[in-house]
Amino acid sequence: MLANLNSFFIFVAPKILKNTFEKMTFNIIVLAKQVPDTRNVGKDAMKADGTVNRAALPAIFNPEDLNALEQALGIKDQFPGSKITVLTMGPVRAAEILREGLFRGSDDGVLLTDRAFAGSDTLATSYALSMAIRKIGNFDLILAGRQAIDGDTAQVGPQVAEKMGISQVTYVEEIQKIDSKKIRVKRRLDNGVEIVESPLPVLITVNNSARPCRPRNAKLLQKYKHAKTITERQAENIDYIGLYSSRPYLNLTEWSAADVNSDPKLCGLAGSPTKVKKIENVVFQAKESKRLTDSDEEIDELMKELIRNHTIG
Amino acid sequence: MDNIFVYLEIEDGVVADVSLELLTKGRSLANQLGCKLEAVAVGDHLGTVEKQVFPYGVDVLHIFSDKRLSPYTTLPHASILVKLFQEEKPQIALLGATVVGRDLAPRVSSALRSGLTADCTSLEIGDHVDVKTKKVYKNLLYQIRPAFGGNIVAWIINPEHRPQMATVREGVMKKEIYDPQYRGEIVEHNVDEYVSDKDFVVSIIDRHVEKPKVNIKNASIIVSGGYGVGSKENFQLLYELADLLGGEVGASRAAVDAGFAEHERQIGQTGVTVRPKLYIACGISGQIQHIAGMQDSSIIISINSDPNAPIHNIADYVIVGEVENVIPKMIKYYKKNTK
Repeated sequence: MLANLNSFFIFVAPKILKNTFEKMTFNIIVLAKQVPDTRNVGKDAMKADGTVNRAALPAIFNPEDLNALEQALGIKDQFPGSKITVLTMGPVRAAEILREGLFRGSDDGVLLTDRAFAGSDTLATSYALSMAIRKIGNFDLILAGRQAIDGDTAQVGPQVAEKMGISQVTYVEEIQKIDSKKIRVKRRLDNGVEIVESPLPVLITVNNSARPCRPRNAKLLQKYKHAKTITERQAENIDYIGLYSSRPYLNLTEWSAADVNSDPKLCGLAGSPTKVKKIENVVFQAKESKRLTDSDEEIDELMKELIRNHTIG
Repeated sequence: MDNIFVYLEIEDGVVADVSLELLTKGRSLANQLGCKLEAVAVGDHLGTVEKQVFPYGVDVLHIFSDKRLSPYTTLPHASILVKLFQEEKPQIALLGATVVGRDLAPRVSSALRSGLTADCTSLEIGDHVDVKTKKVYKNLLYQIRPAFGGNIVAWIINPEHRPQMATVREGVMKKEIYDPQYRGEIVEHNVDEYVSDKDFVVSIIDRHVEKPKVNIKNASIIVSGGYGVGSKENFQLLYELADLLGGEVGASRAAVDAGFAEHERQIGQTGVTVRPKLYIACGISGQIQHIAGMQDSSIIISINSDPNAPIHNIADYVIVGEVENVIPKMIKYYKKNTK
């Protein structure tokens, strides 16, 4: 009896497993944004009037979008053959983060770029992204960072989900399980955690408390370092033609507003319900402050004063 | 029509502070605009909600009671707000900038194609003239928030779309009883007219909610550290001083991002807003997004080795020096001269 069971597994199990693996691959879209690194505004990024010189800030892959990419890569590790497409909207330069994604293990990159998108608020952005997602077509899962560090709004993810008519799970720090029908995730609440199950397709936004993204892979770096969008290739005016026709994976997809069939009325400034009335560079009214050194006497004097006026003690 | 709506965040039948703060703000905006303040309660066991919210000046309380609506999941709450707002046409809708509010508000605003501004630090009413069309808009909601990593403050408006939606973090607005005797009207809605079975496809398998371990919001003394503190180890000095003074330890976003302190301790626009009696800012440069969360402290001491750090501009006492040098001196003096 035992022997029979064993042989059953030996002869039959591999076939079952193979079928399961063939079936279980996922098409994943990762939404990413290139952002100015506002976290460490150094002195060289400050103008004389005390405002920030945005052009001087390095442009980076939005940190939480990297957390999202890592979740996608984790699924691909588990289910080889899954396909990860990084989608970004921005200027031509934003293709940099598509290459960054390829260096870390994504399969494809799509840049959505057009002057018509300039001035988009979160709603117009999510509309444009949703149109690009429709053009990409087949997907099981959309992943995005919870929020981008240049705006911190956390709105684009849920708005894309609404536009696609799919469910959303935000503030996720771990994908625990995924199968062909549903996904189970752990999400962080204000004061606790929740384990949530959603059918696919779904849009998930990922927190920075999720595991960090793996580094660039040296082989992939070699493979993809010349990956370029059409505009980049034209701008550089180098004869790469042979290279790009013999290695099609080096052609990064670039779409305009018209390419994704977007309605101009819903794009850019025209498609943005919110308008910026004004921007202030806040200069704080200097208070009359006491200036002290860190000498023993002056610190003692300060502490004495705070105790005397009952601020402490 | 044209009233102000506040979505109530409710856990175990208790309305969250952030919602009461929004009702307080909503009441004063409603008085200014001459319109009503309406509140929306979606969940289960909502029996005491009316007692909790009417004293804040609520004119109409909308109740959506169904056991499937608690705990919160996105789709049914979104469906309810979308349909209710389509029927009632509010001019302003406010939600807490909590995990729930930041999950729900964008979904609703997308469905309604209304504008939404996250994490506002101030809400005001004012007019606007469009530069191109010269069209005049009366009584818009100015949604004011730091942006771009806290390096600027943006004034956002939604001239053409309603409702004008905004989220606000807990502690940013003050919570104040409007009239203990105030009574509004209760409208009980039939939940089935607002949700469909498809709204319940996402299920909560497990849920743990804990009381917050850190209570910096109500601390009267806060010793707060920034990136300039340099390391998690150096933060121990801050804990020592805070323990001694009976205070709590806070942190800037840069310090939290660097892993020096837990996220619960983050003070600023994207963290907690505090108004302690004493705020000691250690190695904090003073980006707007941090200052937005602590500028109402009664006394501010800034310790920073950079004599030009912006934080010094709002401090009552400025100590130009190294944190690891100054704090031990404060600890030493305090130990010697008290009790």
